[in-house]
Amino acid sequence: MKDTRVREGQSAAKLGSQCRGSALSWTVIDGVIELALHREPCNELGSESLEEFEKFAAALENMQAAAHALIVYSELKPGFCAGADLRELYHRSQAMTKADAAKGVRNFLERIHRVLNLIDAAPLTTIAAVHGVTFGGGFELALACDLIIADKMARFCFPELRLGLIPGFGGIPRLKRDLGNAVVRDLLLTGRSFNATKAQQIGLVSQVVGEGEALRAARATAAQMRKFDRATAAAAKNFIKPVPHEELRREIDIFCELFARPAVQAGLRRFVESTDAQPYLP
Amino acid sequence: MTTAEQTLDEILSLAAAHFKVPREKLSPDDDFFKTLGLDSLQTLDLLTKLENHFRVELPDYELQGVSDFRTLAGKIQARL
Repeated sequence: MKDTRVREGQSAAKLGSQCRGSALSWTVIDGVIELALHREPCNELGSESLEEFEKFAAALENMQAAAHALIVYSELKPGFCAGADLRELYHRSQAMTKADAAKGVRNFLERIHRVLNLIDAAPLTTIAAVHGVTFGGGFELALACDLIIADKMARFCFPELRLGLIPGFGGIPRLKRDLGNAVVRDLLLTGRSFNATKAQQIGLVSQVVGEGEALRAARATAAQMRKFDRATAAAAKNFIKPVPHEELRREIDIFCELFARPAVQAGLRRFVESTDAQPYLP
Repeated sequence: MTTAEQTLDEILSLAAAHFKVPREKLSPDDDFFKTLGLDSLQTLDLLTKLENHFRVELPDYELQGVSDFRTLAGKIQARL
């Protein structure tokens, strides 16, 4: 997906605010930072993605002075993001002692939390433009943003319980911040997936658009935000969207306690070896 | 009121159009995973298409083990 609005001689690279990585890329266009995800097959979040997210987080602190909005989207057809890279998690943890695997998981979670907390609290208006699969960690990335704009083919799910885990990238505290507890329990405890229309009905998605239209709608929304005073918008966001730090830390602890159980390794192996058309179901 | 036969017919037409398969190649008792060659992402795509078309909610766990169009139509019909 090539953006035609970056004109010759005015490229974001010349402003020092453009990067093309293996898993994600970013550029600043007309005061809008666009973060594109493009790690095949569906932007699974593993160690390579995390390193690039950390680079993005460091760059964001510099870029945000010259921007008023951030759009996160996927360049890949299957969807926004299928969540954590469970294959990498399984193979790495198999090659380590239990103690090292537990340490590695905690380290990964703390690092991804730092990135998502930064996006969550950024003094910009942040928009996730999602389509297709928006599962697990991908859903959690979208939840860190201020607005979710969804293509009508988008599908959301927290399938972690099938592995004997809970969402680990801040999903539960952020869902609790945005939705009623009964809805959170339904999504979490059934592990079912749901579509964009349902997501809008429960108050998770702000706009549902036609197939392939989420990024266009996000750009139009970001352009509207440009009309407002940045400091006022940032103050409003800071007031209504506090980062639930204490619950986020507790989430990491619970995830790590659960991860230590043998049932999780068995669940990961089942998933990695599955040829089922619905491997996200228990 | 949509009848079960109408629902089944609409599912077959929708699947044929979405996966670019001739409609006449699809039969009610076909295993759609095999006939359409669906992987996990395409299965989700089909589920979303069906929900959007019929304006129903189909929890994934209700569809576990469902692999033919006729049974799928029955599940959708029960929610219309």
